[in-house]
Amino acid sequence: MVRLYEYQGKEILKKEGIPVPSGSVASTPEEVKIFAEKLGKAVIIKSQILATGRFKAGGIKFASNPQEARSLADELLGSEIKGFKVEKVRVEEKIDILKEFYCSVIVVSSYKIKAPVLMFCTEGGVNIEEVAASHPEKVLSMPVDVLEGIRKEEIQTALSKIDLDSQLIETISDILFRLYNVARKYDALIVEINPLVLSRNGKIYAVDCRLMIDDSSAARHPELDFEIPRDTSKPLTELDKIAWKIEENDYRGVAYFMQLASIDDIKKGGYVGFHGMGGGGAMLGADALTRHGMKLANYADSSGNPPASKVYRLAKVILSLPGIEAYVACSPNIASQEMWHTARGLIKAFREDLKDKIGFPVVVLWAGNKEHEATEILMKWCKDLPIKLEVYGRDYIYELDFIAKRVRSLIEEYRKIKSER
Amino acid sequence: MAIILDENTRVLIQGITGREGQARSRFMLEYGTKVVAGVTPGRGGTEVWHIPVYNTVKEAVKERGPIDLTVTFVPGPLVKDAVLEALNAGIKKVVMPVERVPLYDALEIIAYAKRKGATIIGPGSLGLISPGKAVAGWIGGTEELAKDVFKSGPVGVVSRSGGQTTTVCWAITREGLGVSTAIHIGSEPVVGTTFAEALPLFEKDNETQVVVLFGEIGGTAEEDSAEIIKMGKFTKPLVAYIAGTSAQAGIRYSHASAIIEGGKGDAQSKIKALSEIGAQVVSSPKNIAPTVKRILKR
Repeated sequence: MVRLYEYQGKEILKKEGIPVPSGSVASTPEEVKIFAEKLGKAVIIKSQILATGRFKAGGIKFASNPQEARSLADELLGSEIKGFKVEKVRVEEKIDILKEFYCSVIVVSSYKIKAPVLMFCTEGGVNIEEVAASHPEKVLSMPVDVLEGIRKEEIQTALSKIDLDSQLIETISDILFRLYNVARKYDALIVEINPLVLSRNGKIYAVDCRLMIDDSSAARHPELDFEIPRDTSKPLTELDKIAWKIEENDYRGVAYFMQLASIDDIKKGGYVGFHGMGGGGAMLGADALTRHGMKLANYADSSGNPPASKVYRLAKVILSLPGIEAYVACSPNIASQEMWHTARGLIKAFREDLKDKIGFPVVVLWAGNKEHEATEILMKWCKDLPIKLEVYGRDYIYELDFIAKRVRSLIEEYRKIKSER
Repeated sequence: MAIILDENTRVLIQGITGREGQARSRFMLEYGTKVVAGVTPGRGGTEVWHIPVYNTVKEAVKERGPIDLTVTFVPGPLVKDAVLEALNAGIKKVVMPVERVPLYDALEIIAYAKRKGATIIGPGSLGLISPGKAVAGWIGGTEELAKDVFKSGPVGVVSRSGGQTTTVCWAITREGLGVSTAIHIGSEPVVGTTFAEALPLFEKDNETQVVVLFGEIGGTAEEDSAEIIKMGKFTKPLVAYIAGTSAQAGIRYSHASAIIEGGKGDAQSKIKALSEIGAQVVSSPKNIAPTVKRILKR
């Protein structure tokens, strides 16, 4: 899923008629000062990062005048919060809050529902599931038929059955109606306003916004500005961005890459470059390596029968992780995809990048379609490389502990060779 | 017997003239699937491996007689119209070996199928196979591999991982046993047939004596199956495995459905739910087939 920043979410809410506090996004302290002057009152400065729990982490500050706003923005911009570098902040008016609520639309995959569910809670800032379990009278939970949509009157009727001030029913039902339209229009897996607030002067505002767009729908939203249309719960690294380019314009099969450790950590040793070849099986390989004390520098997966050229480019990205002590291509699957394409991709990458790596461990486990042919050509075309190459087939699918131990001892041998030189 | 698909199931292939459509329709024919027609708009009147191709599903049904099941080799962003067309022409089973289907398209397909009383497998499914009878989708890849890996027998297989669907069947064959039907339910965020819906089908199938469930982190499909077992909708022995025990929260491992969000859907909660209702949850996939064998011997 594609996570949008709070400021992007709020711009969308505003466009769809859900009120948000007046404010702007800024990337310099000077801009923050100017916006604060324009607002002419106490402001909040909120770091724009793709993580929750910003307040506790010090990413949200309050300023009573523009000068203070400027200096607080100076502290926040460029700092690192929860692993993310703060590049933008949102400056907005501080709302005098009387009451907080929770509302969201979440797509639920459970067999009972398989639909977007409209949720509302008479308390804000809460864990909705806990409240739903302990105080059902405070929670509205309403699956929506995607073919019919939802009518405002239905929401009103449902709201009248929970513990909500009857004067607020009309306003809240209007917000919820619009929120469903936001989810539908922007193909959201989740759109959440937590909290939605009632101010002392009787107005409703969305004070926060969390919006996640479905990956497969991202192409339908060129108007949204995001770097990579997929999950970015961790800050993207340079390699993540390079790897995405492999996928971006090539729909033949899937080449997925995510860096899991920082380059500095990888250089300290004990890390393996990991290349899975088929979702569920790849996960088993990753589990086994972790169980045996090795750390994954990255997670990668080539599946859905990609051509050799795509596998080659993915392998090049993995091999560029500096300091990895082994390359593990692991697919404990009877694959329906033809493994010889993968073999050809790996050979080209290995011949280019491992020709001087004496004793570098490369462990391959694959099975399924064209498994024997794949092994044969990989062995043949890597014979003159100085690496330690071991290739395993279907008889080793369930011997992942053995495979992990082999990787471990090859790494130890490799370290010995390196220290002797 | 088998579930959803057997040697008498009359099958249509939508998108039959495309790269995957052509390759997999040949495989399905060679394996024994009763493929009666193909559809590609604008390509009516042609043939693929002697299968007649029509412009519309309605035309295919009119010319070839009733069709039970359609397999859609149509790109994700376009597949909704193809499925709705098939449902409107009265087809009651749809297999979707298609990835990257926009979320609300998938939701609409599933909601519409429910109205029509139809079954959707996928999206993002490798397909299903009833060994020795028929195959629908990619699963098995080639006739040679499929005949080697899949044998007919009393074990039902249902999995969230495509590759592991085949692998579990291979391991079962290695133990000298066989499979009634194996289904990959699909790797997209929302799928038409979940574990909780597949298990009751295996319950009704006389041939199936035990079911293997290959689960993954993320979502609630495993917890939901425990729930329907508690309700008595599935009473046969169940052997389960959950992949992804070392996954970190919030990090997506490969496909969209295998993600832990806000502490929900981790391996422990799934293992607990399934163990509590008496399923044999094995700690390694290696133990799946031997456990099945032990259960069948009792």
